[in-house]
Amino acid sequence: MQPIDQRPTVLRMSNVNKTFNGNVVALNGMSMTVGQGDFISLLGPSGCGKSTALRLISDLMVPTSGKIDWEGGHEVGDLGVVFQEPTLMPWATVAQNVWLPYRLRGKSYASVKDEILEALKLVGLEKFQNSYPRELSGGMKMRVSIARAMVTRPRLILMDEPFAALDEITRFKLNNDLLELKAKINCTVIFVTHSVFESVFLSDRIIVMAARPGRVIRELHVDEAYPRSEEFRTSAEYAAYCRQATDALHEAMGVAA
Amino acid sequence: MSIAENAPVIDTDEVRRQRAKRMEKLGRWSLPVVVMLATLLLWDRIVVWNEIPHYILPGPGRVWDSLVNDWGILWEAGLLTGKITLMALGLAIVGGAGLAILFNQSRMVEMSFYPYAVILQVTPVVSIAPLIFIYVDSKTAGMLLCAWIVAFFPVLSSTTLGLNSVDHNLRDLYRIYGASRWQKLWMLQLPSALPYFLGGLKIAGGLSLIGAVVAELVAGTGGVGAGLAARIQEAGYRLNIARMFAALTLVAAMGVFIFAALSLLSHLLLRKWHESALSRET
Repeated sequence: MQPIDQRPTVLRMSNVNKTFNGNVVALNGMSMTVGQGDFISLLGPSGCGKSTALRLISDLMVPTSGKIDWEGGHEVGDLGVVFQEPTLMPWATVAQNVWLPYRLRGKSYASVKDEILEALKLVGLEKFQNSYPRELSGGMKMRVSIARAMVTRPRLILMDEPFAALDEITRFKLNNDLLELKAKINCTVIFVTHSVFESVFLSDRIIVMAARPGRVIRELHVDEAYPRSEEFRTSAEYAAYCRQATDALHEAMGVAA
Repeated sequence: MSIAENAPVIDTDEVRRQRAKRMEKLGRWSLPVVVMLATLLLWDRIVVWNEIPHYILPGPGRVWDSLVNDWGILWEAGLLTGKITLMALGLAIVGGAGLAILFNQSRMVEMSFYPYAVILQVTPVVSIAPLIFIYVDSKTAGMLLCAWIVAFFPVLSSTTLGLNSVDHNLRDLYRIYGASRWQKLWMLQLPSALPYFLGGLKIAGGLSLIGAVVAELVAGTGGVGAGLAARIQEAGYRLNIARMFAALTLVAAMGVFIFAALSLLSHLLLRKWHESALSRET
């Protein structure tokens, strides 16, 4: 994979501000360039504007000032999203849920059946395509949600604390699977989290943010090649990166390291 | 190794739970039947022991006789009442759900007309009915209108609630994926509203029967023939109390039938995915 600073640009945020009700500054002067194949974690305490950043990128909000530019313009299918909740339609089967991004673009099920099955295979749920969400465990629902986000092979996938509600065992498993997925399809991901360990394990760029006002205070690079294995979790390098990230987070929270 | 060691182990807790389950299953049907039989017997004894004349309170036997002997009249009356009820329910579904969708699509329309829907609902139908029959020539149309006024509101209000209860993350997701207003309504809001709509429908089913009966009482007989309510009234004038009870039984049976049919419909539509249709092992 190319070094971080040589990857083609996908999206550029320049000096983006977001203010609510004229006085609450949610995001202050955020600039960031997302390169193709980046796995970026936005790490920070609550109120640091990480979710606001995602909502701005996904056009659910308009910045008060500043610009968000997609390289070469963008269209609806360029973005995939995974929320903290699986956010599946309970009345639709697993396969129908994964069909959604295509369906909303007017594609019939038959015409994209292969892509849907391929996506389900990537998250290990091809046997559950006809199940309803309530028959699945929390971790499996999240996998469906991930399959839905990547089925159209979007240029950028946004993940807003997707594993925060899961138990630690499931979370570790999904972390590994997400890395495996990343290795297979080389997707570009912006991943919001407040777990230092998760951000170091998953990403190659960690953007540490501070609250009140929400802002970027530092960027760390994790120079560990993908695919990363479970051994990385227990290595000395991993511990060192966690140490760095923790220090940065402390700085963000105004605590002396 | 002995056989006993391979047998499934059942502890006393498990035995108690299974016994409770069997009792529950048996009791659900047998207890109401026992209560009914006991009530009928008590009713019969009270009439016999006190020598109450049949034009004041007939015994259950006489009511049964009336049900059998007057079946021709009662059945015809039941068909008429049933027809009005079902048509009113149909209109309540179309009108209630249709208005809910309209209100949901246009905030302006909702603000303009919702208060009047409420006024229509809170005004007792018995007080509007006489006016309706002055201005509406067709008796059938008048009765339908009365029954509809009573029945449409639960469908309207619960469907409106349902259309507005879409999971906000799903709403965002549809927006991000560029869904049109029509796609959002058809693929997201209507399925979300379905359980609410079905809840309102169960209430509307009972109310449309009430509306039909009230309308008949106000409209009186003549023109379109007599429904069950008119038969009750007429039998009352003739002091044919047994027939009053017989007709009343039919009205009640009709209400129960409508409720059961709507519950079944609800179960069939929701059983695959909705929490309410989920049976849990305790």
